[in-house]
Order: sequence, then structure tokens, then C-alpha cells
Amino acid sequence: MINIENLHKSFGEAHILKGIDLHIAAQEVVVIIGPSGSGKSTLLRCMNYLEEPTKGKITVDGIELSGEANINKVRTEVGMVFQRFNLFPHMTVLDNITLAPQKVRRMPKGEAETLARELLGKVGLADKADAFPEQLSGGQQQRVAIARALAMRPKVMLFDEPTSALDPEMVGEVLDVMRSLAKSGMTMVVVTHEMGFAREVGDRLLFVDEGRIVEQGDPREVFEHPKEERTKLFLSKVL
Amino acid sequence: MKFVEFNFDLIINSFPLLLLGAGVTVKITLMSVAVGVVIGLFVGIARISSFRLLRFLAAVYVDFFRGTPLLVQIFLIYFAIPVITGQRMDPFVAAISACGINSGAYVAEIFRAGIQSIDAGQMEAGRSLGMTWMQTMRYIIVPQAFKRVIPPLGNEFIALLKDSSLVSVIGFEELTRRGQLIIARTYGSLEIWFSVAIIYLVMTLSISRFVAYLEKRFKTDDKH
Repeated sequence: MINIENLHKSFGEAHILKGIDLHIAAQEVVVIIGPSGSGKSTLLRCMNYLEEPTKGKITVDGIELSGEANINKVRTEVGMVFQRFNLFPHMTVLDNITLAPQKVRRMPKGEAETLARELLGKVGLADKADAFPEQLSGGQQQRVAIARALAMRPKVMLFDEPTSALDPEMVGEVLDVMRSLAKSGMTMVVVTHEMGFAREVGDRLLFVDEGRIVEQGDPREVFEHPKEERTKLFLSKVL
Repeated sequence: MKFVEFNFDLIINSFPLLLLGAGVTVKITLMSVAVGVVIGLFVGIARISSFRLLRFLAAVYVDFFRGTPLLVQIFLIYFAIPVITGQRMDPFVAAISACGINSGAYVAEIFRAGIQSIDAGQMEAGRSLGMTWMQTMRYIIVPQAFKRVIPPLGNEFIALLKDSSLVSVIGFEELTRRGQLIIARTYGSLEIWFSVAIIYLVMTLSISRFVAYLEKRFKTDDKH
């Protein structure tokens, strides 16, 4: 589904990604962990071209990302959920969800609204369609953001630390939604600090440090028997 | 000190003519604001576009019209352009063009600042849903920016209303020019300039009240 070859990314002098090779299969749930500043968010953001790679090749669903030419097409297939939700504050929850399907997919308004209400039901917020984002808790906002991304019927969902900005008591409700999404067969790439989620839901765990994939494998295996020293050191701090 | 006689009859008699002038002032201000807002929106967006040439041209426009006096711009449009085209310029067209184009430069900076004050995550969210840069601007960024630019836009409106008095120099009969003409006939400088000032004050105060009302109304649904 996603194929990455020799991906490099620099911001000015800072060399953030130093040669990433990664293949993500359809329906796979890949969880990326690593210390802050390791490049894990940058890696994720390259997958839908929010960051332009300095070097390397990224293919999503058979289409090679090559800038403005095809990027909007690819992005319709790749949903993204942000750490800070990024809901549109001047629109109701319903309008947040129906905007892109109408403008990008040319879906009729009625159909978009039916879809939006169905998705709101799935994330447990059927009664919040007419609320504005600021009236919702952080956990509710993030669930709306997931529904908004799903409304484009993406083939892949990218999650950039989706629970890091949440109060602890709201982390669970968001992870629940992500868990059921994984069960439904969605291809997912998740950057997170939630080790419990990584272990339980992830098909594969990547440990990224200093711009490289240091270690990867079955999450339980990596957590219990890390091979690399840096992985051991990192896990000893977070587990 | 000489005893100054204040001729109230002169004020009362001149008032209808002055009000006529005030009506013209309101008309050029409104039309110039409309021109300025349309120009300002596009130039403001061009200032932050990813096309270097567009950014450069927008910057030149803003620098030129903010960096030269409006009075000189009025002369340029009214006297200098006819030299090139060989056709006499209509004072009304010249007045609206000069004020509108000048105001566009200030409004562009207001919009640019308003747009840049919107969190970058909003653009990322729109783009990541597959919307184009233009669609994201139109449906997500600009509507939010509009609410934030209401106060500075109101100030610009007030500044323009006052600056429109400058078009009196090309003989356009707005409020200030009307005052001058009445004084030429009656020598009542004190009474007429005082009346003119009061009429301007009433107009600018009305605008700032109206802007305050708009600001309050729009605040209810956007705390960002």
C-alpha cells in the first residue's frame, strides 16, 4: 500500500531522515515509536507530502508522490489525524465532516450528510452533529477529526500522536475508536507514545531514532526481546 | 482679542449643501472600500502564495502605494495618466481609482496578517483531506481570517473616509470641496470648517460604532 525507498529529509542544515526504506502492506497496522526529535512525525508527514522529501521515492497505492501534480489525488486516499485535531472552528461538526467529500469528491450534500452521521455514530458522537468544535472535549474533537478523515473513504489512515494533546482520561475513548478501525481492516500508520496500544493493536512496531529505523518486528517480540542497544535504552525509559 | 461673531444662520443655510457633499464623501468612500477590499483580498493572498513572481508583484504594489502620498497618487492618476492616454480623466473615476487602489495596499496587509494569524494546522488539515490550496483558502482560512480582520478593516474604512477629503484638490465636490466653495462665496471660514469637521466626526463615529457591533456579533461563534 505504501512503499518508501531511501527517503531523506533535511530542514536546512538539520538532516532529519537519513535513508528510510519501508513497505507497508494493505490492512497492516504499523506503529512507530521513538524519542522526540527522532524523525518519526516527519516520516509520517512525508507519506502524504505535508513534508516534501529531500531525496527518495514514496509510492502510495501504486502512485508515486511527485508534488502538486498528483498530490491531491493521493491525499484523497490517505486520511490524516493530527496531534492538535485541527478541526475547522468556524464550522459545525457536521460541516467539518461533509466539506471535503462535497468539494473534492463532488458528493451531493444529502449523501455527504448521511455519511457524516453514520461516521459520527461509529465514533460515538451521533448527538454532536450540530455542535461547534470548541463545545467539545479534546477526546470528542479527536474522534470528530477521525470521522472527518474517514469521510473521504481513505485506503490508509495516518495518525500523528493522536492522543498526546489529550487529558489522560480521554485517551481511552480515542484509542477505542482506533482499535475498532484497525479491526475493520483499515491500513494504519500510527506515531504514538501509547505503548499498550502499540503492543495490542500493532501488527508491526518500528523503533525510529536519529532518522533511521533502528529496529522493527512484531510488537510483543520487540518489547520483550529488543535486539538493539538503543531500543533497549528507550524502552527501559518508557515502559 | 477681537470679538468673534459666530454666524449660526450661515451654518443653517449652508447645511443642505454640506450634507450633499457628505453624501458624495460617503459614496466615494464606500466605492473605494469595495475596490480596496477586492484588490486587498487578492493582493494579500498573492503576498503569501508560493509563486515567487506573484509574491514579488504584490510586494511592489503594496510598497509603492503605502510608500507614496495619496495626494501624489491622485495627481498621478488625474493629471499624469491623461498625458499618456491623451484623454481627459473623469474626476469621479480618478477619485475612486486613487482611493481604492491606495486602500487596496493597506487592506492587503490587513488580510495577509489575518491569514497568517490562522494556525498552520488549518491549512494542513484542509490539504490532507485532498482539497487544493485555493479551496482550503476559500472555505477554511479566509472565513476565519475575515472575522479577525474586522477591527483593522474598520480602522482602514475610517482612515479612507477622512483621506477622501484629498480628492477635493481635483475639484471633486465632496464634503471638503463643498466647504471651500461656500467659504469662497461667504468668507465664513470659522463656521463652515467647524461644520465640516463635525460632519466628518459624526460619520467616523458612526462607522466605529458599527464596527464594534460587528465585532461583537462575530465573536460569539469563534473564540480562536
